[in-house]
Amino acid sequence: MAAHRCSFSAVLFALWGLSLLTVARGQEATLEGNDRTAVVDNPESVAGAAEQAAGQPAAEDRRWEATAVEEVSPTEAGGGSDSPAPKPAASPPSVPRPKDDFQEELVIRPLHSGDIYTSFQFRTLWETDFTRENKVSHYRLFPKSLGQVISKFSVRELHISFTQGYWRTMQWGQPYLPSPPGAELWVWFQDSLTDVDGTWKELTNVLSGIFCASLNFIDSTNTVQPSASFKPLGIGNVTDHRFLRYATLPREIVCTENLTPWKKLLPCGSKAGLAVLLKSEKLFHSSFHSQAVHIRPVCKDDQCKTTSWELRQTLNVVFDLHNSGQGKNEWSLFKMFSRTLTEACPVASSSKIYIDITDNSQGEQFELSPATPLLSQAVVLGDRRTFSVYDLTQQITFGTMRSLNLLIRGKSSQGDMLRPLLHAERYVAGYGLQTGEIHTLMYNNHPYRSFPVLLLDSVPWYLRLYIHTLTVTSKGKDNKPSYIHYQPSKDRVRPHLLEMLVQLPPNSVTEVTLQFERALLKWTEYTPDPNHGFYVGSSVISSLVPSIVAMDTNNSRERPLFSSFFPSKEESSYFVRVYTEPLLVNLPTPDFSMPYNVICLTCTVVAVGYGSLYNLLTRSFQIEEPSPGLAKRIANIIRKMRGVPPL
Amino acid sequence: MATTEVERRRGQLAALSIAAVVIIVGVPLWWRTTETYRAWLPVSQIKELAKLQLHLSADVEVVFARGTVTPEQQKKVPLTQTQNMEHRVDEDTALSYRYETRYRTATIMEEDALNQPTAAEADLSLHTLSESPSGSLVVYVIPESSSLLPQNVDVYIGQRRTALLRIGSQMRVGKTLEQLLAHMEPRIKQVLHVMSFSHTDITAALSNRVRISPGNKESIADSMRAFKSSPGYEITFSLLNPDPKSHRLHWDIEGAVETYIQPLLTKLSPVANFSIDSQTLYYAMLGVNPRFDSSRSTYTLNADSLAHVINPVEARLGSNAASSNPVLNFLLYIPDAHHSPLYIHDHKKQQVPTNAFHSPRWGGIMVYNVNEFYEVDTVFPVDINIDMAKVMGVFLAQLRLLLGVQSSTPPPGFLVAPCGNAGLADWELDRLMWSRSVENIATATTTITSLAQLLDQIGNIVINDNIAQQVSSAVTSLQLAVSELEAGNLGFALQYSKEAILSSERAFFDPSLLHLLYFPDDQKFAIYIPLFLPMCVPILLSLLKIVSEARQKHREKKPKKD
Repeated sequence: MAAHRCSFSAVLFALWGLSLLTVARGQEATLEGNDRTAVVDNPESVAGAAEQAAGQPAAEDRRWEATAVEEVSPTEAGGGSDSPAPKPAASPPSVPRPKDDFQEELVIRPLHSGDIYTSFQFRTLWETDFTRENKVSHYRLFPKSLGQVISKFSVRELHISFTQGYWRTMQWGQPYLPSPPGAELWVWFQDSLTDVDGTWKELTNVLSGIFCASLNFIDSTNTVQPSASFKPLGIGNVTDHRFLRYATLPREIVCTENLTPWKKLLPCGSKAGLAVLLKSEKLFHSSFHSQAVHIRPVCKDDQCKTTSWELRQTLNVVFDLHNSGQGKNEWSLFKMFSRTLTEACPVASSSKIYIDITDNSQGEQFELSPATPLLSQAVVLGDRRTFSVYDLTQQITFGTMRSLNLLIRGKSSQGDMLRPLLHAERYVAGYGLQTGEIHTLMYNNHPYRSFPVLLLDSVPWYLRLYIHTLTVTSKGKDNKPSYIHYQPSKDRVRPHLLEMLVQLPPNSVTEVTLQFERALLKWTEYTPDPNHGFYVGSSVISSLVPSIVAMDTNNSRERPLFSSFFPSKEESSYFVRVYTEPLLVNLPTPDFSMPYNVICLTCTVVAVGYGSLYNLLTRSFQIEEPSPGLAKRIANIIRKMRGVPPL
Repeated sequence: MATTEVERRRGQLAALSIAAVVIIVGVPLWWRTTETYRAWLPVSQIKELAKLQLHLSADVEVVFARGTVTPEQQKKVPLTQTQNMEHRVDEDTALSYRYETRYRTATIMEEDALNQPTAAEADLSLHTLSESPSGSLVVYVIPESSSLLPQNVDVYIGQRRTALLRIGSQMRVGKTLEQLLAHMEPRIKQVLHVMSFSHTDITAALSNRVRISPGNKESIADSMRAFKSSPGYEITFSLLNPDPKSHRLHWDIEGAVETYIQPLLTKLSPVANFSIDSQTLYYAMLGVNPRFDSSRSTYTLNADSLAHVINPVEARLGSNAASSNPVLNFLLYIPDAHHSPLYIHDHKKQQVPTNAFHSPRWGGIMVYNVNEFYEVDTVFPVDINIDMAKVMGVFLAQLRLLLGVQSSTPPPGFLVAPCGNAGLADWELDRLMWSRSVENIATATTTITSLAQLLDQIGNIVINDNIAQQVSSAVTSLQLAVSELEAGNLGFALQYSKEAILSSERAFFDPSLLHLLYFPDDQKFAIYIPLFLPMCVPILLSLLKIVSEARQKHREKKPKKD
């Protein structure tokens, strides 16, 4: 009966008074008759089903009562209750303009090595304000879990990437979105936040749950606050690095369990649009796999009066010619992903495939089918590139077969790749298990321009850096960094952080060397396979590289997603971030049965020492008669036999 | 000979003193250094709580309006009566209910209020006169001639904590007050049963502590439907659109929540905190394929298959990232164009009028057909505006059920006022608060006693100070909650019981209790044996020797005496 009483008003009551009947009645007649067995089997869910169903006869009996109440309620509502009559259910004809927008995009770049680089980008824009007092809680395209994370942890910018494999810059060129091997997480918090470290700890734990990754291993010993290398990529003028946290887990293995939650964040899931291509058995059968989530506030329009939140999900894969292509330089969507495309995601406002045909203007490198008349030019990574475009929102793209299977047939592998202007590598030198030396090499391949780079190194505390041995040399000469920010480590508390601004002379190699000593760990601090070695995260090299062509500085203009991630502020240069290889360092490793051996040994030593001391103290000494000589004993025996008393 | 005797004495003394040092210094030192830290716990108070004696008391005020009592009867009022009821639930748990009934005559202002034309207006003006604290009730006895109530209605239960009771005609004149009260008693008892705690509610709330005897299946289903008491709940509304190619759905969830759900939650805020989310899920399918009913050209979901609907959807719903409170899910499913219209059928093959069902302690699902938007020449996708009033009506009813707002059928002759725009009458809230307080107390006592038992059994668990502090604060809050319940301060009782449950759970789930910082005793001794054995064997041997020598000497002395 309570359900009847609870109508807000008479108007509303008439609408759903009857509808409540079933639900409310359900409980009264629960578990009648033949439902019993079902309930016993599966009480949780079947009972719910049974309830509503079993309620039916009761509802039939008492419908009369319901109408009676209905007659009474107008007077009641009119006299006693002050309920503001809610709007009756007239369906408003106007359709509100959605405040969110979803775009998807796939870029395919045939590489000179015969491998193929595919880069997916999914962008959700939402015009909202997570920092508001009354928290945002009604989600449409934006995933609810990430929205809750942003508002609960006062996140201003969040960048997280999971990568399997290492990006080979010299073979493949620059990626559209760089990422280091393993997991990387960097977060800018709102400047209103007081307990940044506590929030960071909680945030990493929540993200670790969302992405099924071991981000919960991020703690103070691998978190740093870079002062210059990681600036906010979205709008906002806070650059106080107290609100920045950066951590990498170079050891993190990326696999299907990370991909599934990542796909779940997409509005269409993997059911429609470009995301149908994301089949994990193919994606992880590749030489490089990187998936990332970037959240940042961006401008809504040119005037930048309102801000939107941008969620960018990116996935980069390099398929290996010999591994997945079986040595034949012939690629198709089906061969790469074992799927073809049939439709765009229905909620996406744009859904496009770009194929980089810059080196293929006359079709000398590869043949593309089906051909597309759409061409597009974009300035990306300091170079003007030409792309063939397939617009999936147009039905004509799919042709008569109603499915799109792009085919790229390679003809020759000649032609030189443009050498990347900046790349870097790193290794550990030295021998033995006591000391070592980290070498970082940074290559400037520009023929005549020098440019500054920011080098960031975060080294765990168990490699004790000798900062006085830091040398920076280019072309055989000492190259003094113009800015050094060094934060020494504290054992078991925080890692080393070294940031330097180094000028790279044109066409040169700059070498940074630094000696270190390996620390002895406590026996519980070793990993389960200590002889594998300990990982040291990649160095990060961030730079504004001189551009060959004028960069597009109008950030608000519609551009392909892959060219609009790093905002460019001037025309003459573009932003590049390069990650070096992670290092694998062996630490002195003890024999792990040692503790018990030590206990036994010390106990034995103590026991031996104690035993002799105890003997000395408690034994009673007495002088003993010296035993008679041998001749005398023999004489005595003879005398005994003769019956004479002994001597 | 004398020197050897001295030597022997010295040896014996040395052995004895080493044994003494080992026993007096070594053993305690070893014991202290290998001991685990165990903070003090209020064990005796926890043991007291294991035997739970709950007293629930409610204040009832019976007010006689003019014309219900004669002047000589009036002289005897005001007076107070107390009723006690004892129930023994099981050997450790006992309940006692106490109703403190005060009788008085109405004030002039109350008389004015009772002269209002309708019962609802009277209820409102009585409420403005004096607000009774939560947990208490006021029953106004009005004369038979009063026009407030319709003909066949004897009792009117208002939106607040008041009830109007019409006195029977045969009890008008010439009776003593005691007879009058005795006549009214069954009616008042019924009013109390509806508006205040009832025994079935309270025993259902004790289900965490007391095993309910099977047999009463209806009450089991009742107690299983509502969510367990928790300091907060997350309510998530999800719009499932399995076919975004055909339907472009628009729902004004923000406005609907503001209009329909928020008033109820504001009213329920003393019981728990609520947060509301909503999301739209595309390509979210139900787990069952609906069957086509060719006679009506509709698709049907049978009651048997409803159990399988939820699981595949649930994977998409996502858990709440920001809190660990239980989530109430409300799903609005728009069937795709090829499986539309879709109707839920019950076991009798009848169409369910609301087209909705709910799953206990999980949430509700409603199927919303959009066939009226299709026309002959419809171009897909269709823009569809969802009628939120229809949807929210169903969800609100489900929400009330899932939150455990009990709705028992009133006895005949009762008229219950519709509960206004808050969706919940004050006395319904009180009922909920009674059962929630009792449930919290039951849960917290069980948690604390089992924690104490566990710590008592495994002597090697480290008990840190913060756990001890949580346990004592839980115990204090529990004692306070029990005493507030006894005093009839319902609001405070609920507050303290919530605090008790929070700190008891925090103590119970503290990670330091799980940490494997302790070894079993046998392993500990295995490690120390290499030290103990070589140290103790010589000491024991020399002690044995001393004893046997002493005995021998004693024996030698005896014959000498003889």
